[in-house]
Amino acid sequence: MRSPKLLRHAWTVASKDLLVEFRSRTAILSAAVFVVLVLVVFNFGRDPTAVSNVDLAPSILWVTFTFAAILAMNRAFQLELENQALDGLLLAPIERSSIYLGKLIANLVFVTGVELIGVPLLALFFNVRVLPYLGPLLALIALATIGFVAVGTLFSAMTTRTRFAELLLPVLLLPFMIPPLSWAVLATGRLLAGRPLSEIVGWLNMLAVYDIVFVTLAVFLFPATVNE
Amino acid sequence: MLLAEGLRHSFGAVRALDDVSFGLQRGRTLAVFGPNGAGKTTLLKVLAGLILPQRGRAQVDGGRRAIGWIGHQAQLYAQLTVLENLRFWSSLYDVPDNEFLPRKDDLLQRLGLRDHEHRRVSELSRGLVQRAAIARALIHDPRVLLLDEPFTGLDRMAAEELRELLSEEAAEGRAAVLVTHNVEEGAELATHIAFMRAGRFAHFAPRAGRGPQQVSEDYRDAIA
Amino acid sequence: MRMLQVGRWLTAIGLVLLAGVYVRALSYTPVEQTQGLAQKIFYLHVPAAIWAETAMILVGLASVFYLFTKDPRLDRFAAASAEVGTIFCVIVLTTGPIWGKPIWGTWWTWDARLTFTLFLFLLYVGYLLLRGAVPDPAMRARYAAVLGICGMCEVPFIHLSVYMFPTLHPMPIVLQPGRPKLPGSMLTTWLLSLGVFTLLYVGFVVQRYALSYLREQLEAAGEVGHA
Repeated sequence: MRSPKLLRHAWTVASKDLLVEFRSRTAILSAAVFVVLVLVVFNFGRDPTAVSNVDLAPSILWVTFTFAAILAMNRAFQLELENQALDGLLLAPIERSSIYLGKLIANLVFVTGVELIGVPLLALFFNVRVLPYLGPLLALIALATIGFVAVGTLFSAMTTRTRFAELLLPVLLLPFMIPPLSWAVLATGRLLAGRPLSEIVGWLNMLAVYDIVFVTLAVFLFPATVNE
Repeated sequence: MLLAEGLRHSFGAVRALDDVSFGLQRGRTLAVFGPNGAGKTTLLKVLAGLILPQRGRAQVDGGRRAIGWIGHQAQLYAQLTVLENLRFWSSLYDVPDNEFLPRKDDLLQRLGLRDHEHRRVSELSRGLVQRAAIARALIHDPRVLLLDEPFTGLDRMAAEELRELLSEEAAEGRAAVLVTHNVEEGAELATHIAFMRAGRFAHFAPRAGRGPQQVSEDYRDAIA
Repeated sequence: MRMLQVGRWLTAIGLVLLAGVYVRALSYTPVEQTQGLAQKIFYLHVPAAIWAETAMILVGLASVFYLFTKDPRLDRFAAASAEVGTIFCVIVLTTGPIWGKPIWGTWWTWDARLTFTLFLFLLYVGYLLLRGAVPDPAMRARYAAVLGICGMCEVPFIHLSVYMFPTLHPMPIVLQPGRPKLPGSMLTTWLLSLGVFTLLYVGFVVQRYALSYLREQLEAAGEVGHA
C-alpha cells in the first residue's frame, strides 16, 4: 500500500524537523519576539479615535503570520544542506513527495505555533473579541496558511541552493502570497466586525480551492527541484 | 548483485560517463581510481539511482533499499543524538524495531560508539562523527556499499579502522564500490581495480594479489 | 542568424504598424464621450495587458512541456516569452497611470486590475531573478520550469480577484460575454492594435530566442577552446 507509507515517511521527516527545531529553538523565539514587537509598535502608532482596533487587527495578524512562515520556510531545506542530508533523503527508498509533505507539515506546525501565540495576544492587547468567531477564524487561518506555506516550501527547495537564498525566497513568494493573504485579511476583517458567516463563506471556498490547486501542484513539481 | 551497462552521461558539453560497463558480485570490492573530474562521483550517483543516465542502465539487486552510501559528508543532523539519527534513517528504510535494536547495538559496539549513543552529533569529535556516519550507512543492512572518497580527512589510524570494517563487511557478503583518488589507501581492500579517466575505464581487472605500491605504479602508468 | 534577422524584421514592421495604429487612433477614430482624449491610451494599454498575461501562460505551457521532454528549445522560448511579458507589463503599468491621472486624479491607486498587473510584473521579475541566480543551465531550466508552471497557475487566481473587488477600473467592454460593446470604428482600431501587439510579441520573442541560442553557441565554443 503506497499511501500509508507515503504519509508515514512524511511524518518521519516532519517529526525530525520539529525535533531539530525544538532543540535549537532559535526560529520560534525570533517569531515570538516579532509578534510581540509588532503588537506593541502598532499600538503606539495608531490613533484610537481614527482607526478602530477591529480595522487594524487583521493586517497585524497576517503580517506576523507571514513573517513566521517565511522564517520557517527559509530554514526548512537549509537543514538538509548542512551535512548533505538531502542526498541521504534522496537515496532512501521513499517517494520524493514524502520529503515535500514532511517539510510542509513541519512548516505548518511551526506557523500554527506562532499563530497560537499571536491570536490570544492580539485579542488581549487590542481588546478584540475573538472567542465568538473562533471556529470560522481558525478555519480561515488554517486555509490561508496552507496556501502560502505550500508554495513557499516548494520554492525554498529551489532557493536554498542559490546564492541569495534568504533574499530570493520572499521575492519569489510575494506574488503567490497576495491572493490568499488579501482574501484572508478581508475575511478576517469582516469576521471580527461581526458580519454574518454567509459573507465569509465565499472567501473560505476560494482559499480552499487555492490550497487544493497549489498543494497538488507542489507535490507534482517537487521531484523536479531535487532530481538531477 | 550490481550491474552497469553502457552508461553514458553528460553535463552540458562535459562527458562525465562514456560507455562504462561492469558487473560486481557478492563479497567483491571494486576500487575505482582516477583524477578529479574523471567521472567517479557521477558513476557512484548513477549506481545509487541519484542520477538517471542519459544512456545505458545501472541495476542494483534490491534497489535503493539495498544501498548504503558512505561519503565525506556525514549526512547526520547535528542537533540530534546518535541514536535519534540512527532511528530516523532506519525508519526511512522501514527497518522494523526488532531488527533495528540489535543491529544498532552491534554497530555501536563495533564502532566504539556505545558511550556516545545519547550525545548530540554536534558534540562529537570529527572521528566519532565519521564513525556515526558509517553506522548510519549500515543500519539498514545494505547489500551494496558505495563509498565516495571515504578516506578524506581521516588520519592513518582511522583509515586503518575503516579498512578493517570494510573487509569485515565484505566477508559478510556485501559488495562495495569504492571511489577515490588516493590509490594506496584504497588498493588493499579491493578485489577488483579500475582506473578511470575522462568518463571511461582505462583498466578493469582483478587485483590478483598486487600490493598498494604496485597498483600505484600501474595507475601512474595507465593514467599519466 | 536567419532567425535573428526574421525577428528584427517582424519587430520593425510591428513598430511601424503601431505608429500607423496610433495615427488612426488619434485622427480617424472618434473621441470617446465621457473620457475624452485620454481614452485613446486604451488602444495601447489593453492589448499590452492581454499579451502580458498571455505571455505568462505561454511561459507556463512551455515549462510543462519542458519538464516532460527536457528540450532546451522550450526553455529558451520560456525565457524569451518571460522577458517580453515583463516589457509588456511595464507598458501597462506606465500607460495605466498616464490614463489614470486625468481621469481618476491620481497617478496610482490600489485598484484591483492595476494592482494585479503589478503582481504579474512581480511574477515575471521573480522568474527572471531565479534564472539569474542559478548558474548551471540544466538546473536553471528545471527551476525556471517549476516557477513558470506555478506562475501560470497563479494567473487565474489573479484574474479571479479582479471580478471580486469593487473597482474604479472600467469594466471589460471588449472581452466580455456577449458582443463587444464598442462601436464599429473604435473596435476596428482596437483589433488592429491587438494584431500589432501580437506581431510585436512574436518579433521580440523570436529575436530574444535567437540571441540566447547564439550566446549558448558562443559559450560552448569558448569552453571547447579552453578545454
